[in-house]
Formats: sequence, structure tokens, C-alpha cells
Amino acid sequence: MKTIKEINERIKKGEAVVFTAEEIVEFAEKKGFKKAAQLVDVVTTATFGPMCSSGIYFNIGQSKPRIKLGGGKVTLGGVPCYAAFAAGDLFLGANALPEEDPRNAIYPGEFKYGGGHVIQDLIEGKDLILEANAYGTDCYPRRHLRTYINIKDLNEVILFNMRNCYQNYNVAVNVSDKPIYTYMGILKPNLGNANYCSAGSLSPLLNDPYYKTIGIGTKIFLAGAVGFISWWGTQHNPGVERTEKGIPKCPAGTLSLIGDLKETDPSWLIGTSMYGYGATLSVGVGIPIPVLNEEILSYVCVKDEDIVAPVVDYAKGYSPENSDVLGVVNYAQLKSGKIELAGREIPTGSLSSLKKAREIAGILKAWIKEGKFFLSEAQGKLPSADSGYRFKTLKERIPKDV
Amino acid sequence: MSKKRIVLHFPKELVDKSIVYKLVKDFNLEFNILKAEVNPKEEGLLVLEIKGDEDDFNKGIEYLNKTGVRIQPLSQDVSMDRAKCVDCTACIPLCPTKALVKNPETLEVEFVKEKCIACGICVHVCPYKAMSIVF
Repeated sequence: MKTIKEINERIKKGEAVVFTAEEIVEFAEKKGFKKAAQLVDVVTTATFGPMCSSGIYFNIGQSKPRIKLGGGKVTLGGVPCYAAFAAGDLFLGANALPEEDPRNAIYPGEFKYGGGHVIQDLIEGKDLILEANAYGTDCYPRRHLRTYINIKDLNEVILFNMRNCYQNYNVAVNVSDKPIYTYMGILKPNLGNANYCSAGSLSPLLNDPYYKTIGIGTKIFLAGAVGFISWWGTQHNPGVERTEKGIPKCPAGTLSLIGDLKETDPSWLIGTSMYGYGATLSVGVGIPIPVLNEEILSYVCVKDEDIVAPVVDYAKGYSPENSDVLGVVNYAQLKSGKIELAGREIPTGSLSSLKKAREIAGILKAWIKEGKFFLSEAQGKLPSADSGYRFKTLKERIPKDV
Repeated sequence: MSKKRIVLHFPKELVDKSIVYKLVKDFNLEFNILKAEVNPKEEGLLVLEIKGDEDDFNKGIEYLNKTGVRIQPLSQDVSMDRAKCVDCTACIPLCPTKALVKNPETLEVEFVKEKCIACGICVHVCPYKAMSIVF
């Protein structure tokens, strides 16, 4: 048994023993679980992939005369922002698109530039045009504003993910006879390919399946900066069916993340265009897991072959509730480049970059070993498997016409 | 016997002429059409894989040149911007000729130019715009 305080003492002295979630498996097999649990302090996990529920909120300061953006209309880099707060505060979501973007009117749409790309341009230090139209008040008389904005001129710019780090995800295929364009990439007809989106055994919540160490207030690597887990993510669904080792067999827990955009690195935050689907943002996340005891060690030793995911036909919508689950495969098979389904070999592609995830796990490991990053105690628990917390589908109720 | 891939650009005035059949008839060359299109300006584009003797190939090219068709070797056309690629592998199962492959050691996506037929699918599928095509 160890405490986070003891682990931080060892990090301070430069004595912490740290492995990535890929490296720990071999080490624990060699040393035995008991010994490894005593020796190892921290295991680092990571993921890098498109996450649509990403955005930034920011404050532009005040112009002279003053302008009230809240309730007005604002674009940054031509992309609409959500102007529904105090005078100088805005929110920009990764999926936002310029008014004039044809979207899927020219099918499949290209979605070359959206909110995610604006966020990338900001981090890269580019000047972007902010254009605002407001209604004017006695205290904020100005109605129009058109100015260049640079990240260094902004007050706060906070990266906020209302959902990230999905604990497991569907494998997407297309059973129909024409190609489909989805957030899981282009899916060729007649089971032409199978796409997945998880770092598998390196992915944060698959290494802490019951959220025993990861919780509200956990300090993390967020796109090259130090960030925090702010809450559980939207669509958090911990009560799904699990394997004997506790691994969810389909999409389950999620995390909400927060950090300072000014501290992030453009290598880990990239504007993304999904053909025929939309614009989004790819985000790199690394989460340390303190090896407090043997139980935690057993979780971080999870292997790709222990993690299974449902193969879902995306030609019929995609939630397991209203679509056919065609089979179950594991991440060792997915990462090999092909899976077997319906007696056929189907090539696989990933939306999540395992190479980037591996790099992030390595960077976080180096930060901890060098005494640059200390672990934080979670201040609140995420609802776990036995909490009764569930994701609800929308039950539509048609409003009565007046 | 050699196999080469070329891109032919047909100016507007040649689009309705029979030209490439002579590669078979007069120069004993075999060809496989990889891509064909006529753009709104009525200029034509044809991507061919040509098989035959080196001598016949050179004579065939000479003939095409004389007709006014512009010829470009295919390998110059598709390129990968390594700085933009995040090695996600979304492109790999979409590539019809396995010109995009994952290196299992480095996990990097590698572009094998010799296998590319410039179909352009990777340009659309890449979420990071790392692949580009210029004819």
C-alpha cells in the first residue's frame, strides 16, 4: 500500500519508478504482481484522437467605447462563436462552421475550416479577425467591432472538453452497398473496412476501469499543458456490461477536461476535417495512475487482447440500442490491421493515433521522473459501475400546437 | 518488359480524338486505365499503367508527344506531408493498392509511392490534410 503523498515525496527526490501502460505489462510479468506493486509508483496512460465536444472559452478584454458581446453575433476567423455570456466572454466549439460553408449541400462536404482549425490557428500565434455585432445599451453603446485578435492579447483562453477519453468505443463498419461518410471516417460498402477509435491498452479509463484513482481534480497532461479533470464527461455511462476483469464491453465512462490554452502545444491540438461529417479538434491527453496497491496494478496491466469492442453497422445509425452488433473483436486484432467478421478478413483503420498516444505517455513519464509533475489526489469520485448512473437516449415528446 | 504509370493531359481540341488505342495497335503496349476524367473546361485527364518493352514504350511516348498530349510521370502527383500526418491509420484500409502502410515497429504510416495509382481517396479520407494530389 502506498499513498499519493508518499509517491509525490519520491517524485520530489527523483526516485519515482514510472512506466507507461504499455511497458508495465512486461515488467509486472517479470517481477510478479506483488513485487511490481511495491516497486512501481506511477503508470502513465494516454490517448490522441478527434473529440468533437471540445472548445475554448475566452475573454477579449474591453474596447473603447465598450461593447456587450452577450446576446450579439460574433465570428472569429469567420467561424461563429457562442456569444451568450457577459460583455467580453465568448465560447467557440470545435464543430462550429462558417455561415457560408456549404456543409453537406455538396455531398460529401469537405469541412476544411471550422472551430477546431480556429483553435489550432490561435495556438500557432496567428492573427485572426474577430467581428462582432451587438445591440447596444446605455452602458455598452458600441454596436460593431472588427479587429485582429491574437492569443497573446486575450485575457483567459481556456480549453474545455465536455467529453473526452471515451472508455472503449464502437468499431464502425458499413453493411450497405454504398460508401458512407461518418465521424468514424469513410466506411466502404459491404464491410470494406472496420474503423476504431481508442488507444486500447494505453487508453486512460481502460487502465482504471472502475475510476478508483482517476476522478474530479486529477491533474493531467492536456495537449502539452498541465490540465485537470473537471467532472465526468457528458454521456458518462458506467453501468454497461463488463468483462470479468471489469473492462466495459462497449462505450462507457467519459471525462470532462480543462486547461490553459496558452500553455498548450500545437502538436497535441490539431484542427481536423472529417469528410462528409464535419470539422472537429484532435486532442492529446495523458493521465497518470498512481499504483497504490496490487489491485490498481492489476488494472494497469490490462492487455489489448483483454479489451473487446462491439462491431456496429453505421449504415443503420450507430448506437448498440438501435443497430445491429455484428460481432465482438479485441484490440490486439484491431491493431494488427485486420479482423475476421462473417468469415471474411476486413482491414482496420484507426481514428485515434497510437503513435501520438505512446509519445504522450512517454512525455508524462519523463515529466514525473524529472520532478516536473506531481500527482494530485482526486477531490471527487466519478460515478462508477454500481452507481446506477446511466446514459439516457432522448425520448421525444411532440409539443402540442397552440 | 516494364511497367510504368503516366498521367496524360488532353487539351480541349484533342478530347474527342481516338489516341491511346494506337499504343496497343501500333506499339504493342498493354494499358490499364486507372483514372479518367473530363473537366468543366473540357480538358481530359487519363492515368494509365502501361506494360511493354522499353523500346516500344519510348516509341509510344514519342507518338503521344507528337499528338499534343502532355505527359507527366505519375509518381510526382501524390505526396504526403509528414509534418501534418498524425499516424492515425484512417487512410490505410481505404487505399486500394496498399500504398499506405503502418510500420509495426515505429507505428508510423508510410507512403509507398511506387504502389500509388493516384486515385485520390487518401486526400479525402485524411482528417489532417496530410495527403495532396496535383495533376
